[in-house]
Amino acid sequence: MAELLQFVFSGLTVGAIYALVALGFTLIYKASDIINFAQGEFVMLGGMTTVFAMLAGVSLPLAALIAIIVTTAIGLALHRFAIEPARGASPVALIMITIGASIFLRGIAQIIFDRRFHSLPSLFGDDPIKFGGAAILPQSLVVLASAIVIVTLLWLFIDRTLLGKAVIATSANRLAARLIGVDTRRIVDLSFAVSAAIGAIAGVLITPIALTSYDVGTLLALKGFAAVMLGGLGSALGAVVGGLLIGLFEALDAGYLSSNYKDAIAFLIILIVLISIPRGLFGRAKIERV
Amino acid sequence: MVILPYFFPSAYYYRIGALVFIFALAVVGLNLLMGFAGQVSLGHAGFLGIGAYAAAIGPIYYGVPSWLCLFVGAAISGAVAFLVGRPILRLKGHYLAVATLGFGLLVAIVLTNEAGWTGGPDGMSVPRLALFNWQVRGSDAWYWIAGATLVGGFVLALNLMDSPTGRALQAIHDSEIAALVLGIDVARKKLTIFVISAMYASVAGSYLALFNGHVTPDVAGFLRSIELVAMVVLGGMGSIVGSLVGAAVLVVLPQTLTIFHEYEQAVLGFILMVFMIFLRRGIVPSVAATFARWRK
Repeated sequence: MAELLQFVFSGLTVGAIYALVALGFTLIYKASDIINFAQGEFVMLGGMTTVFAMLAGVSLPLAALIAIIVTTAIGLALHRFAIEPARGASPVALIMITIGASIFLRGIAQIIFDRRFHSLPSLFGDDPIKFGGAAILPQSLVVLASAIVIVTLLWLFIDRTLLGKAVIATSANRLAARLIGVDTRRIVDLSFAVSAAIGAIAGVLITPIALTSYDVGTLLALKGFAAVMLGGLGSALGAVVGGLLIGLFEALDAGYLSSNYKDAIAFLIILIVLISIPRGLFGRAKIERV
Repeated sequence: MVILPYFFPSAYYYRIGALVFIFALAVVGLNLLMGFAGQVSLGHAGFLGIGAYAAAIGPIYYGVPSWLCLFVGAAISGAVAFLVGRPILRLKGHYLAVATLGFGLLVAIVLTNEAGWTGGPDGMSVPRLALFNWQVRGSDAWYWIAGATLVGGFVLALNLMDSPTGRALQAIHDSEIAALVLGIDVARKKLTIFVISAMYASVAGSYLALFNGHVTPDVAGFLRSIELVAMVVLGGMGSIVGSLVGAAVLVVLPQTLTIFHEYEQAVLGFILMVFMIFLRRGIVPSVAATFARWRK
């Protein structure tokens, strides 16, 4: 029982990070119909920038803040300089642009930073808390709590503010949103900025547990993407549930079956979901007009 | 292709040439799928990997001659593509891209983890190809073999495009629903081309393994898949000649860039972005269009 509890906790911790990545995907997809494969790079940039800001002598909170600002700026730049000029391109072309951006960012990161693994100090030390026979790292609780806060804030923002309503309008129908006076370009700008910020925060949170290096982004993006697919493309609730589920599946598989195939779980889920329930757990069925 | 070697100052150039031809072969196959049938695959390196490991595992564990493994690998790839393609090819756009991506990664993960067979992440060495007691090892020999195979691949692809299947595929590309209304068995045609393109990739993978004499799971990795798609897009979707151009650019460029090796990834990403933003049709179709305008 204690064993199971341990696996569930580690699964939820990683799952919370996947959920944040998935939320970033969803936000951008909602606003612009683009699947941003550079989402994982935001997480990497968040972690790596914090590490190197700290090496330069800045305190952890300030370093994290710098990292979030830098990453947000890069997210904005990605939209302005790579996505905007290619408006109207096919979905595959846009996917290729974001993949190009992700390889580009990774290449730059290994030049500016380095190619080694780095860690960050935990916020509340490394002494595990005993709970029902399982040992839980304080940082895990920080990750879970932060994820809950971010999800709640995002929900409040979308549901309760005028700007949030504009985001919903843009995602429902871009042209109609423009007609009623929504500056849709700014909305997409905003979605990239917020996604990048969420990614950066996820990067800062996970680095004390899982280490970071210039190339952690790809796998994170793909796992986050699996979460999106499981939950249903375009559903924020689905993204969160999907992320947690994938984290859980991975931890249980690594604990009880074989840790070698831990990374395979996410992709197996993608295939199974796409083949059996393509719209995911919470997605709406897409009706194609002829 | 035949004249070029007269200008090669050293064997190193044969090596690059052979690599270009091998990749072009895989790219022609992928281009059939992407350019003609309009279906994307972000996991094509998976088939490259199956072919490569077939050429490595066959001779070592089963004593099967390498040239036969080439065909066995292609048959396995075709069978896998058939099984996976049936459910996957019903999907469209984003969904298809992600499903193929997931498939490619699964292949790479299996190759990495079944260390007993594949040597794990470090890979394994591949016995040299032997044809009638002739050990094929020199880069120049591979230049001719890969070149000849590529010509065969070109001819096959062009003929395929002129066949009823090819015309049906182009109809699917333009409008799936219109094709369906015309009585084309869309699902089956898509599956056919997926299987064929998988076999192209598999043969290229076998060549790559035999040529390098060593193979690692990277051959089936995500970056490889992206590289293949980038070659298709760079050369021009739906342009068979473009496949060669795309492969040439992306094989030669990193070789010349090794001088500032560190920037390789950044440059690759940058090129991909710039091309997709400004030259979406690819090199060959764009150049052809410019020529057509100029002649008027």
